[in-house]
Amino acid sequence: MSVASEIDNESEVAAGPEPLPLDAWHRDRGARMVEFAGYWMPVQYEGIIAEHLWTRESAGLFDVSHMGQLLVSGDQAEAALEALLPADLGSLELGALRYSLLLAEDGGILDDLIAARWPGGFYLVVNGATKWDDIAHLREHLPDEVTLNHLDDRALLALQGPKAFAALDRHASGEYALSGLTFMRGGRFDLAGCDAWISRSGYTGEDGFEISIPAEDAERVAELLCAEPEVKPIGLGARDSLRLEAGLPLYGHDLTDEIDPISAGLTFAISKSRRAEGGFPGAERILGLLEQGPERTRVGLMLEGRMAAREGAKVLSGNQEVGIVTSGGFSPSLERPIAMAYVDRELRSEGTTLAVEMRGKRLDARVTPLPFVSHRYHR
Amino acid sequence: MSRYFTKDHEWIDVEGDIGTVGITDYAQSQLGDITFVELPAAGQAVKKGDSASVVDSVKAASDVYAPVSGSVTEANGALEEEPELVNSDAEVGGWLFRVKLDDSGELSGLMDRAAYDAYVAEL
Repeated sequence: MSVASEIDNESEVAAGPEPLPLDAWHRDRGARMVEFAGYWMPVQYEGIIAEHLWTRESAGLFDVSHMGQLLVSGDQAEAALEALLPADLGSLELGALRYSLLLAEDGGILDDLIAARWPGGFYLVVNGATKWDDIAHLREHLPDEVTLNHLDDRALLALQGPKAFAALDRHASGEYALSGLTFMRGGRFDLAGCDAWISRSGYTGEDGFEISIPAEDAERVAELLCAEPEVKPIGLGARDSLRLEAGLPLYGHDLTDEIDPISAGLTFAISKSRRAEGGFPGAERILGLLEQGPERTRVGLMLEGRMAAREGAKVLSGNQEVGIVTSGGFSPSLERPIAMAYVDRELRSEGTTLAVEMRGKRLDARVTPLPFVSHRYHR
Repeated sequence: MSRYFTKDHEWIDVEGDIGTVGITDYAQSQLGDITFVELPAAGQAVKKGDSASVVDSVKAASDVYAPVSGSVTEANGALEEEPELVNSDAEVGGWLFRVKLDDSGELSGLMDRAAYDAYVAEL
């Protein structure tokens, strides 16, 4: 028996994986640790399906401290970032979050990220596997007057699920109540005596929060939150199955530097004013694609049977190869295999019958609107 | 009846010239929740060391290698409806397929329980 494809193999780290602030805490709780993005990360505790379903019905605590937390500050920060991202940051209010993309000159996606306006600058959360490249890219392109800080002394936790608010509300206090945060809003809170930046956001499709805290407080906060009856620690395995059900793309798989935002179905990440003005990397190509439509586009596929379609599998229409699977797995909520794929544009409509080739077998598949499982954000 | 183990975490119970093949409890614990098992068809020839079955877990697909060469006589049909049997009962009810051995001499390269347990303890 051999494990044919692990969860991620994007990282290239010569020195071997490093421990994150909660390493010992995960091990004490029986987590199975795997290498991910250059770190030891918990892939599961009791089992992916149980953890997945727990998050959908209660609340799960995820350690996402491998992600890059960056602060871009200085008078010119807004304009300098707008030269690298297609977001309209000028309209972003203090404490508000926006999903955006770091773009290459040819319009390819270098990373996807969240930007939040902090007093004096922008707080960015970028992917763990790409953070060093992102930092290098930002250092190269940001003018000298703009300061880039890597907040690597902070841990990042995500508390996700319909009961996340109830659990977190018992411990967070601030200038205003935690209930004042709606989806894609954040603020500073006192969380069990530590200085926390909490935003109402996440990667599961559920209501929930992302919590940035000093690394030295991570264990105490994780312990405190998991002592709440609603909360259990959840591994990376369920994080992946949850985001797949939520139709959220994963960088390095569904998004790469060879994929542009329009093909990726991320047109919403290109703010209206930026569509009119351009001025971001690859603007000409991207705005052209927006007008003409891309050749291929990202869709959801619901598969017949129990065999999962995996990344790299060919998508067929009749005998014609019409696309490729970029993420696939078993959906614990729907109890069937689901996938995301890029397919020829004319085949993107809901209900189109396609097939996926897996290990010489032909699996029937149907184009399904994303998300597979409805988002339950607190707007 | 004797039970043998491979370094790839398959087990095989041999009775006469028929072997019953499954994956070990250690293997299922490493794979996590199993959602689908692709089984070989009766009559299919398998070669020692080649992939004979695929176990799908939530996160990955894993090959199961034939511990011996032979021809498949039967697959465990219960796994079609209940693939999670491989998790809950890997070394008994979660067997995968039966094979008629070509050459029982191939068994001599496999481990017994004590040797396998020692091997896993080192991993």
